[in-house]
Amino acid sequence: MLVAAVVGLGVLVAGAGVSHALQPGEVLSDSKLEQRARGISLGLRCLVCQNQSIDDSDAQVAQDLRRVVRQRLVAGDSDAEVRAYIVDRYGDFVLLKPPFNARTLLLWLGPVIVLLCGGALVLWGRRRARAGTPALSAAEQAELQKLLDDRERRI
Amino acid sequence: MIVEIGHYALVLALALSVIQTVLPFWGARARDASLMGIGPVAAVGVFVCVAIAFGALTWAYVTSDFTVRNVVENSHSLKPLLFRITGLWGNHEGSMLLWVLVVALFGALLAVARNMAPGVLRADALAVQGLISLAFLTFLVSVSNPFARVAAPPAEGQDLNPILQDIGLAIHPPLLYVGYVGFSLVFAFAAAALIGGRIDAIWARAVRPWCLIAWVFLTLGIAMGSYWAYYELGWGGFWFWDPVENASFMPWLSGTALLHSILVMEKRDALKVWTILLAIMTFSLSLLGAFLVRSGVLTSVHTFATDPGRGLFILAILVFFIGGGFALFAWRAPLLKTGGLFAPISREGALVVNNLLLATACATVFIGTLYPLALEGLTGDKISVGPPFYDATFVPLAMALLLLIPFGQALAWKRGDLADAVSRLLFVMGVSIVVCLAIVFIQRGGPVLAVIGLWLGIFVFVGGANEILSRSWKRGVPLSVILRRAAGLPRSAWGSAVAHAGVGVCVIGLAAQAWSIETLATVRPGQPAIVGPYEVVLTDSFSRQVANYREDVARFHVLRGGAVIRTVDASKRFFPARNTSTTEAGISTIGFGQVYVAPGDAGEHGLGVRLYWKPWVLLIWIGAIIAAIGGALSFSDRRLRVGAPTRGRRKDMAATNVPAIATVAAQ
Repeated sequence: MLVAAVVGLGVLVAGAGVSHALQPGEVLSDSKLEQRARGISLGLRCLVCQNQSIDDSDAQVAQDLRRVVRQRLVAGDSDAEVRAYIVDRYGDFVLLKPPFNARTLLLWLGPVIVLLCGGALVLWGRRRARAGTPALSAAEQAELQKLLDDRERRI
Repeated sequence: MIVEIGHYALVLALALSVIQTVLPFWGARARDASLMGIGPVAAVGVFVCVAIAFGALTWAYVTSDFTVRNVVENSHSLKPLLFRITGLWGNHEGSMLLWVLVVALFGALLAVARNMAPGVLRADALAVQGLISLAFLTFLVSVSNPFARVAAPPAEGQDLNPILQDIGLAIHPPLLYVGYVGFSLVFAFAAAALIGGRIDAIWARAVRPWCLIAWVFLTLGIAMGSYWAYYELGWGGFWFWDPVENASFMPWLSGTALLHSILVMEKRDALKVWTILLAIMTFSLSLLGAFLVRSGVLTSVHTFATDPGRGLFILAILVFFIGGGFALFAWRAPLLKTGGLFAPISREGALVVNNLLLATACATVFIGTLYPLALEGLTGDKISVGPPFYDATFVPLAMALLLLIPFGQALAWKRGDLADAVSRLLFVMGVSIVVCLAIVFIQRGGPVLAVIGLWLGIFVFVGGANEILSRSWKRGVPLSVILRRAAGLPRSAWGSAVAHAGVGVCVIGLAAQAWSIETLATVRPGQPAIVGPYEVVLTDSFSRQVANYREDVARFHVLRGGAVIRTVDASKRFFPARNTSTTEAGISTIGFGQVYVAPGDAGEHGLGVRLYWKPWVLLIWIGAIIAAIGGALSFSDRRLRVGAPTRGRRKDMAATNVPAIATVAAQ
């Protein structure tokens, strides 16, 4: 459906074949560091694409960012330090998982609020429906009992 | 000439849609059968006119008529015939024409389908459907005319975006649009029920088939779109939580909830107001999807503001129908008689929880999709909401829902017995746990979340099978009797079982991706790269000219244990008309899994490739297709075709109280 995005927006998702998603040549020889680099890359957004991580993106910017991530790791930064380094330069926009803060409060709590409100609504609706259903009168109760007894006797 | 006929037909359709909107509505108020009788005729007329317009534009595309701007901008005379036709809806104007065609088609189907709904309800629904046609036809004719000519026709067209020159464009948008727009008819029925102030089991029975059609097509449309992205975009992903995908996923979630709540309404005469609300919401989300994709608001709030014409028009349509729908709901819904009290432990109780979870899941996707836009619009701050957000919010909801499915199926209507349901599910649980553990053992472990996901998928699948088994199998009964009994079960029971099993299959495929393997390698001819249980060897590379592009092909052999089992081509295509290239991944299917070869850059050390082994990946889409088949089975149930009892004409006009098939509430 990203393909459909191209129809709608005229944005080229895949680049013009200049560079590509993570290439063998970019990979670090230290496999532990490389694994960390992949993990970080998957959470960073390619700035010129639609919702694509830099690990998947063909864009030049993404390749540059992949390089930066690996340079920082080789320089001895922790994962958090690498992320902070990139967020300092590109802002929260670069994070695919938005941080939890005052501006994203409703984003993160929204689903919980909807679930709780919905649940409360269901309970309230049930209570109201029950209140709206009149209980059986004594005469009706007696009639019902008689029917039940009849049935039991027949069985 | 043919193009002018098409343009004229479009304007004629606009005029007819006014008639379709006004006369049946007026007739329903005045209880005038002849006025109401014009509705179906007008609806068929609108469809015929839009079909002529669509045919005319198709003709312009097939014959490469470069005097038409739309054809110039999106076609090329060297393009294969199929892509010349599909190019019609690979752009803004053409896709809106397809949209209107489907709106008109559903109007005409409602007009032709007999015995589906009582007179006044049908007349009002036709009128509302006419109003939807009217809105979009006005949009086409005024600001988005696909038949506009160019003053100086060029000799050659500008070609279609190469990514779209694919069989996917022939399949995905039409399926998706039938799904989206199918819900417009459900919306029309909801509005009609609100206008008439009455809603009952007959309404539910009249609406359910339309809802099923829409759901089946939307399911297929989303699945095919996902598979298209998977093979075309070339990095092996199949779902990106992209706003455009979310735009189609939201109506699906809401529509799935609607399908279940209509069931409760039909069987138990409950959840009426909620069902109406869901019907309005589902179509609103479809419209929102069209708006998000078509207006350009997604790229940036600011591009939308700089090119307001079309975007604002679609926004106006959106506000009119969503605002109008909810206003009508707020005004008339209190008049609807609510009914149906039920026990929490029952089939309908489980369906209420299903609706709560689906609605919350839908709201989650809604918030995730629109929050960045709202935040940017209000404060100018830009944030991204990507897959990690949905992993943390949507996935738990989905898992809870999956866990619920077999329980819901095992519970009886009215007053279910949890202990009984659990005992009936013991078999399902046992089987699913054993199978899951066996798989995990063979795979030598895996991530905890993936194992849980895998178990849930198997649990839901076996639960679906058990639904049929538990209703036909009994100890000591001969097999022939069991089979006869199973065959004799209503189609809707089969539909539900198959659809849920399909969901299970899809989830198994999704969970299995945790065991997929990726290898990055730089390969030279003859030098193998290992991906999972397979070896991939570059054997040959060559160039060739095909239709409107040039192609550099890299040919690989896939080996297992030293023997070649598959040959697969990956390529890069260059389209001179647009001066762009695409990458075509090489995909080789082995069982339900696939070896996926994504070609990268060729350098001095060889060709860079990304190789994947994706076990059971096909199950994702096969599951969706099975679910859609389940929907179709349910649609073919006799109960839906027999429909509501017809009333005499005179009685119909008087709108007497029809005894609903309502059942007395439990307790």
